[in-house]
Amino acid sequence: MMRITFSCNGKPAEVTIEEHQRLIDVLREQLGLYGTKEGCGQGECGACTVIVDGRAVNSCLYPAPEIEGKSVLTIEGLNQTDNHLSALQRSFVEHGGIQCGFCTPGMIMSARALLDENPHPALEEIREALTGNLCRCTGYVQIVDSIKHAACKDEKHGA
Amino acid sequence: MAPDLEYIGWDMPRPDAADKAAGRAVYIHDLTRPGMLFGKIKFSAHAHARIVKIDTSRAERLPGVQAVITAYNTPEIRIGFMRDNFALKKDRVRQQRDEVAAVAAINPRIAAEAVELIEVEYEPLPAVFSPEQALAEGAPLVHETDPRGAKRTDNRLGLRYHHESGNLAAGRAAADYAVAGEYSTQLVQQSCMGTAGCIAEFDQNNNLTVWAKTQIPFLAQRDFNQALSAMGLRGKNTRVIVPTLGGGFGTGLDTHAYEYIAILLARRSGRPVKILYDRGEEFARLSPRQSSRTHIEQGCDKKGRLTFRKIEVLLDNGAYTSWGATYPTVMLLPATSLYRVPNIYFDAGLVYTNNTYCQAMRGYGNPELTWALESNLDELAAEAGIDPIELRLVNCNRPNETTPMGLKVTTCGLRECIDSVARKLAWKNKRLSSANKKTGVGMASLIHVGGGGRIYRSDGSGLILKLDDFGNVNVYYGGVEMGQGLHTVLVAAVAEALGVLPEKVFVNPTDTGTCPWDVGTHASRGAFMAGNAAVAAALQMRDKIFEHARELYTDLVQKNIARMSKREPGYSPPDFNISQAAKDSRFEMRAGVVFVPGAPDDPVLLVNLDVLLRAIHFRQQGEVLVAEVFYDPPNELPDWNKGYGNMSAAYAFGAQGAEVEVDCQTGEVKIVKLAAAHDVGRVLNRQTLAGQTYGALAQGVGYALYEEVKSERGRIINPDFRDYKIPTAAEMDFPIELDFIETNDPAGPFGAKGVGEAGMVPTAPAIANAIYDAIGVRIRDLPITPEKILAALEKLQPSHSPIPPRKENHPCDT
Repeated sequence: MMRITFSCNGKPAEVTIEEHQRLIDVLREQLGLYGTKEGCGQGECGACTVIVDGRAVNSCLYPAPEIEGKSVLTIEGLNQTDNHLSALQRSFVEHGGIQCGFCTPGMIMSARALLDENPHPALEEIREALTGNLCRCTGYVQIVDSIKHAACKDEKHGA
Repeated sequence: MAPDLEYIGWDMPRPDAADKAAGRAVYIHDLTRPGMLFGKIKFSAHAHARIVKIDTSRAERLPGVQAVITAYNTPEIRIGFMRDNFALKKDRVRQQRDEVAAVAAINPRIAAEAVELIEVEYEPLPAVFSPEQALAEGAPLVHETDPRGAKRTDNRLGLRYHHESGNLAAGRAAADYAVAGEYSTQLVQQSCMGTAGCIAEFDQNNNLTVWAKTQIPFLAQRDFNQALSAMGLRGKNTRVIVPTLGGGFGTGLDTHAYEYIAILLARRSGRPVKILYDRGEEFARLSPRQSSRTHIEQGCDKKGRLTFRKIEVLLDNGAYTSWGATYPTVMLLPATSLYRVPNIYFDAGLVYTNNTYCQAMRGYGNPELTWALESNLDELAAEAGIDPIELRLVNCNRPNETTPMGLKVTTCGLRECIDSVARKLAWKNKRLSSANKKTGVGMASLIHVGGGGRIYRSDGSGLILKLDDFGNVNVYYGGVEMGQGLHTVLVAAVAEALGVLPEKVFVNPTDTGTCPWDVGTHASRGAFMAGNAAVAAALQMRDKIFEHARELYTDLVQKNIARMSKREPGYSPPDFNISQAAKDSRFEMRAGVVFVPGAPDDPVLLVNLDVLLRAIHFRQQGEVLVAEVFYDPPNELPDWNKGYGNMSAAYAFGAQGAEVEVDCQTGEVKIVKLAAAHDVGRVLNRQTLAGQTYGALAQGVGYALYEEVKSERGRIINPDFRDYKIPTAAEMDFPIELDFIETNDPAGPFGAKGVGEAGMVPTAPAIANAIYDAIGVRIRDLPITPEKILAALEKLQPSHSPIPPRKENHPCDT
């Protein structure tokens, strides 16, 4: 057992974990952040994508002890005050980027990491950024559209 | 229906989208119950073996384990519509994924550890892994007896689907050209992003609640109640609640062994039990789409008119029977009714093997059969020297025709769909371009059920609308939202037909305890059924509202006038005989406001629905308004031995085209463009419809080019997304041009037909036909991998090729 402290969605977090634990388990089971989904547990589907220190990672592969001192952003952290969705999330809602929704939190986190780094990505860059996020419902067309619109609409897409 | 629709056809966002975008939607993965245990299953280590002994003692001693069950200490529960499967297997396993024991523990880690401690001793038996092996003389029997205990003599299932119309011999004689071929399809995993799982919980009266990832809540209720009877709980009830589904695609059309095992574990432990499959279990322990082998021969005369079609299908059922064994019921549609063919023979059979047993997936037999039919038709076009589009147009289905299967086609936009695809692909230019091209275009068409599909004794759908004191409309519907957009359609249809704002319409969770019966969300029936039920219930509700308005409208308007007079002294009410208008007028309601059409434009004459509802409710002999319908579509249950009957109330048609580029060095196929034109009757919500179609096309691309569940002696050897590739965003990098043809079907809600499955039906043959156009290579077994293309190119010797290459110089020689 070990105790780790880190920042989660802008707030301090402290949890006791076992060394073999994965970040996704800490988020879901200990912090109650069920928005992060486990689709494969092997880093192949991207449903569990969260952002650690600005980088999109698969939280199912990420060892929990390594989160010590770092900053984690999950889908819950994108929600603005008073229950407002961020512009990126709204774009997914408005442009049909969501069907069954299981891949959605991971998709949005990958998109967020992309837009943070590259506010005006080309379509190929969007597709490239999503290759680690599988979706079985949409054929990706409206997901790519949603991200493109978010990028065009608002430079500060997180706001 | 009013021509100017407010919500139908508009891109209203999905009602569930915001929660999903926020990570709030609750899937089975996220659900928990107080005191809940975690179940885990011990699966067979052999494809066919006798169980000699199961030792669970070490598992039982592990701290945290609350229950350990096998077939030897629990009642026998038979599952599947042919009753040939068991929740837990006794004495014998027949496939690698057979469930031999299960545990429930206080956390998933202990459950997994306990399963490892269970020791099973097997005596392996000879097994069969292909239909050929299964049908060979003296082949080992997968089932030695049928469910009634009678001895079986071979591995054929007792299901047979047959159709004959016209005169095959005459059709053959009339043909100037004919081509025969065998076409096969592979096992495919539905690959829902949310894996399978359930929670089972008993109350103290032994009634059961199951949170299930299902598409058939009411048939599941029946199945689980039968299990309760088998467990000595006859007369007890199951309530099935459907959480947010992480995809369906057919996986929810049957009840599964893991669900019965959760029920048994809950019963044994006295606590709620969750079983959740991980991705490896989803791939290896859940049923994939069936593989198929189709022998087809079609012939035409010199003008290209089809004179006959002969089809024989053999399906590898695997070890047990799910509803997936009824794929041929849907295969009959294209077999008999895609294009006009006067002389038809169709026969389909299934065999047991020791492979994984199969289940439904999007299209349900139609992609398999259309793959054979449309590939073969292209070969016939080449043989006859007729342009493939021309051949299809000559034989094109038409509106208001009855097909050889007895399908009563009402609307049919197939010709428009084919024209659209030809235009979008620039067909004439591309087909005629240089002989040395490595790009090619191809197309294929489809027919599918679009107005329900009666394969069960009821094809009905119940729906309840309940209004509350605040003008909210609560919808209770037994069909399942699994990502396709059913709730979007329900909200739009209710808002449109009732005359309220969409934000006042709330679709409640699907729950057998609160929703009326529905046969299930399959056969592309969701929007068609829900839409029709919603419109009927809304019309009923409007009658009730207006009936009360006749009585209450005058009073409420007088109150408005009084209020207005108080606020604005000197106000004079409109010159309008209110009580007379209330008595003889037909009221109207828009956006939740009741009014008399043609009345003067004064707000005092408008009555808000919530005000009216409270007036109806809060008085002596008050009422609350509920409307309830059971919509049963005008279709019929076919006779499967004759392959005859009008199984759907409307038929969806469509055509898809592909432009591809083939790399002759690597065998890689690059899709340059896809075009899809679908006769959808009427667009209910363009965004949702487009999303469904894009998604189906992506599944069609995976089916065509790379997806395949591989097995060795019955063991799945690629049970993860590393080795089982589904399309990623990088693969879907080509333009997709959609065209929705509106034919306004009289049976459909607002004219709409079902479209959920149609999008993946003709994709694979369209791509295969384009590959042939590009390089003259015809691949007849899916998926069309680079290895198969290279092997075919290798063999392509003009003198030996069954079909002479179209081009003088083969493009791959340059």
